Amino acid sequence: MAQPILEMRDITKKFPGVTALSDVNLVVHRSEIHAICGENGAGKSTLMKVLSGVHPHGSYEGEIVFEGNPVGFSNIRQSEAAGIVIIHQELALIPELSIAENIFLGNETASGGVINWDEANHRAIELLARVGLRENPLTPVKHLGIGKQQLVEIAKALSKEVKLLILDEPTAALNDDDSQHLLDLLKGLQGKGITSIMISHKLNEIARVADEITIIRDGKTIETLDVTTGDVDEDRIIRGMVGRDLEHRFPDHTPDIGEVMFEIRDWTVMHPLDHHREVIRKANLKVRAGEIVGIAGLMGAGRTELARSIFGRSYGSRNEGTLILNGKELTLSTVTAAIDAGIAYVSEDRKGLGLNLLDDIKTSISSAALGKLVKGLTVDERKEVLVAEGYRKSLNIKAPSVTVGVSKLSGGNQQKVVLSKWMYTDPQLLILDEPTRGIDVGAKFEIYGIIQELARTGRGVLVISSELPELLGLCDRIYTLAEGVITREFDRSEATQESLMRYMTVDAR
Amino acid sequence: MNGLLSMLRGNVRQYGMIIALAAIVILFQITTDGVLLKPINVSNLVVQNAQILILAIGMVIVIVARHIDLSVGSVAAFVGAVCAILMTKHDVPWFLAVVLCLMLGAAIGAWHGFWVAHVGIPAFIVTLSSMLLFRGLTLVVLEGATVGGLPEDFKKIGNGFLPEVGPDTGLHNLTMIIAVLVIAALVFLEFRKRAAAKKYNFEVLPFGLFILKLAVLGVVIFYFSYLLAQARGLPIVGLILFALIAIYTFIMNRTVFGRHVYAVGGNVEAATMSGVNTKRTDFLVMTNMGLLAGLAGLVTTARLTAANPKAGVNFELDAIAASFIGGAAVTGGVGTVIGAIIGGLVMGVLNNGMSLNGVSIDWQQAIKGLVLLFAVAFDVWNKKRTAGGGGAGAEAYESTAPPPDELADEIAAMEHDLPGTEALPPDRTTT
Repeated sequence: MAQPILEMRDITKKFPGVTALSDVNLVVHRSEIHAICGENGAGKSTLMKVLSGVHPHGSYEGEIVFEGNPVGFSNIRQSEAAGIVIIHQELALIPELSIAENIFLGNETASGGVINWDEANHRAIELLARVGLRENPLTPVKHLGIGKQQLVEIAKALSKEVKLLILDEPTAALNDDDSQHLLDLLKGLQGKGITSIMISHKLNEIARVADEITIIRDGKTIETLDVTTGDVDEDRIIRGMVGRDLEHRFPDHTPDIGEVMFEIRDWTVMHPLDHHREVIRKANLKVRAGEIVGIAGLMGAGRTELARSIFGRSYGSRNEGTLILNGKELTLSTVTAAIDAGIAYVSEDRKGLGLNLLDDIKTSISSAALGKLVKGLTVDERKEVLVAEGYRKSLNIKAPSVTVGVSKLSGGNQQKVVLSKWMYTDPQLLILDEPTRGIDVGAKFEIYGIIQELARTGRGVLVISSELPELLGLCDRIYTLAEGVITREFDRSEATQESLMRYMTVDAR
Repeated sequence: MNGLLSMLRGNVRQYGMIIALAAIVILFQITTDGVLLKPINVSNLVVQNAQILILAIGMVIVIVARHIDLSVGSVAAFVGAVCAILMTKHDVPWFLAVVLCLMLGAAIGAWHGFWVAHVGIPAFIVTLSSMLLFRGLTLVVLEGATVGGLPEDFKKIGNGFLPEVGPDTGLHNLTMIIAVLVIAALVFLEFRKRAAAKKYNFEVLPFGLFILKLAVLGVVIFYFSYLLAQARGLPIVGLILFALIAIYTFIMNRTVFGRHVYAVGGNVEAATMSGVNTKRTDFLVMTNMGLLAGLAGLVTTARLTAANPKAGVNFELDAIAASFIGGAAVTGGVGTVIGAIIGGLVMGVLNNGMSLNGVSIDWQQAIKGLVLLFAVAFDVWNKKRTAGGGGAGAEAYESTAPPPDELADEIAAMEHDLPGTEALPPDRTTT
């Protein structure tokens, strides 16, 4: 194995009241892809912030050796000058600026403060070629898909003569094609001597591309696995991450399925701005009482759009088709009407659409069914506390009290708060959009359990997910969606990742 | 001492401004050789600042709902002008004129609400337009002149006082009675709130500190009333103001509408997706601001005993400054009525104190500008230091203790009724 390019020795980082990292060791060898795995809150991001100087030298204990020299960065500029570049999960591109402008932002090709655009654009074309992106460098970034934007970020990193590239959840928002391209690119860069550190929850990807995996749990290094030997698989990684064997990643569940309780017929949804574009075309879908039904589709297939058009037309300019709930045909033109009819929608965008991050747990839980708490003129705050405490206990929301701000909770606990909020509206049909996105393995298991219990109480559950194993493990039936068209319906027994993928990618129009 | 420190840490913004207010009062009390807290000056302070404080109540609600209203000064002037014309030129009885003009204010607010909520034009633009529009209409209505000769009863709204009752004690009896009632009500409510908080094991002040806080509050209210009672008693406008503070604090803290305002301001998309009628909330918030702007206009006209084309200039800026000094966030979702009042008082005492010290009006402006900047800078600095924040639970009791055992049965009973948990096994733990 090659020489180490980076050694982090006995890194300890303390925040007031919390030790985020204690004696963490990380050795990354030159020209390898090194994955860092761990549950949310294990300390992965903190470690990368220590490395890149976001947490400046002196605010942590321990030693960092980069290319044989001890280093201590006080800010990101210094770490970038040394050749360490981080690409964060939330991309740092400016949508209105062109690809070239974004690539050289903060690092402009200028003499005397005046930018030489000819040279900049020329260099941009070279960099884009290196990341395999065939786009005009003058194109505004907002016209690119998220996958291509990610490539622009990498081109930007390459423009800074990067030696060590750190990617935080690079494929979290990408569809499978774009993910594949990105992972291939990392392999390609590896061949050209660029070392990568990759933080990811997608264990199958890690098992495929990483050379070594360091597992962090509770702020400590657990182990470093050598993937090249070939006996590291997903289960092995999970075991390290959670410190226990997850024999079953899904709780045991015996479905008890009743009559059809929800149905849409010939459901067509028009784009909110382009009134002639069909985002969803003639979709037919049924959910039975007690049934968990999955919707599998790639990014852009119209999954969220379908869900939100059902949820009180919160998406789309014009709907056609019939919506039947409990045998009654309904026209739900507002979110309030949908909630009153007994539909709940848990958004994929937890922080943007699910929660008011200024609120505490109890106000978040009561926010969708405040009417149930009205006593005279006022909100019955006593009952509100009891309700919130009840859900905190039964859903195992990890917080000392219901007065804790939701912004302070981990992703898994935030999601449980959102689930509580919707459960309190007493819905007949729950639509869960990416219910476990950005949630660690332990909390996922709990959320699967909650979903199954909701079905067991006779409710219908519609689950949208990008993770096929999740749909296969959880759902009784799965619809595939491609280009806004429902392409097939699978029974649990006949669905496989391969068969789902085939119908998610068919040319539907 | 620890309790005091953690209390201060928890509510640094609110307490910080109270401390700043106290410091300013003490400073000017010294530099003016005691003139600041002379009974007659305190009486003037209330009367002179009432219209800004009334506007600040509406403005902080607008700001919490992530909007702004630049038109309140012009609207106040316009409503005051219409009222004066109705009473002097058309012989409308003063109380009818007042009711009509409050409705006019609300209608102007509804006009803003329509454009903001239903057409989707930013409130900044809509109210900037109204700032020009109603300043112009004020000149039109008044034909460029000052209109005086208002009914005596009407003028009392601005500079009248509660009547004298009972024996001659050298003090204004009614004022003292009201003060005692207010203090008693406050003590009762605080004790009830504390009992409820304790029941849920929410963090409360240690008992000694709690009593100290109540005592300070009581003494301040009593002393303030005592000063007023030595002069002419509680001004009518003061009574209106205190009633508004109580009503709007109640609305913002305890009602569904108040919750919705905080929800819309905190995250409008999340509020929409929770079934909040965000358009109606925005509409009502703007309408309410119009109503209060109308009221401020009546109070100003009554106090000045005439409608004046230049009335209410810069009122909007004072009201906005009061809200921000009092802890409202530019991004919405954060802010309290009482905070805005404290912010308004900081500005008012600064004005008054500097005038008494003979600081010229131009320097007063400059100093107030800097105070606004530093107050918000303090807020930003403070937020960076302690991430996280208030929101609808603006009283931010944060607790680290689970609910006490006595509540377990009640929670268990509640849990039984909670939708969705029926089939969940009791005592779930991570597998």
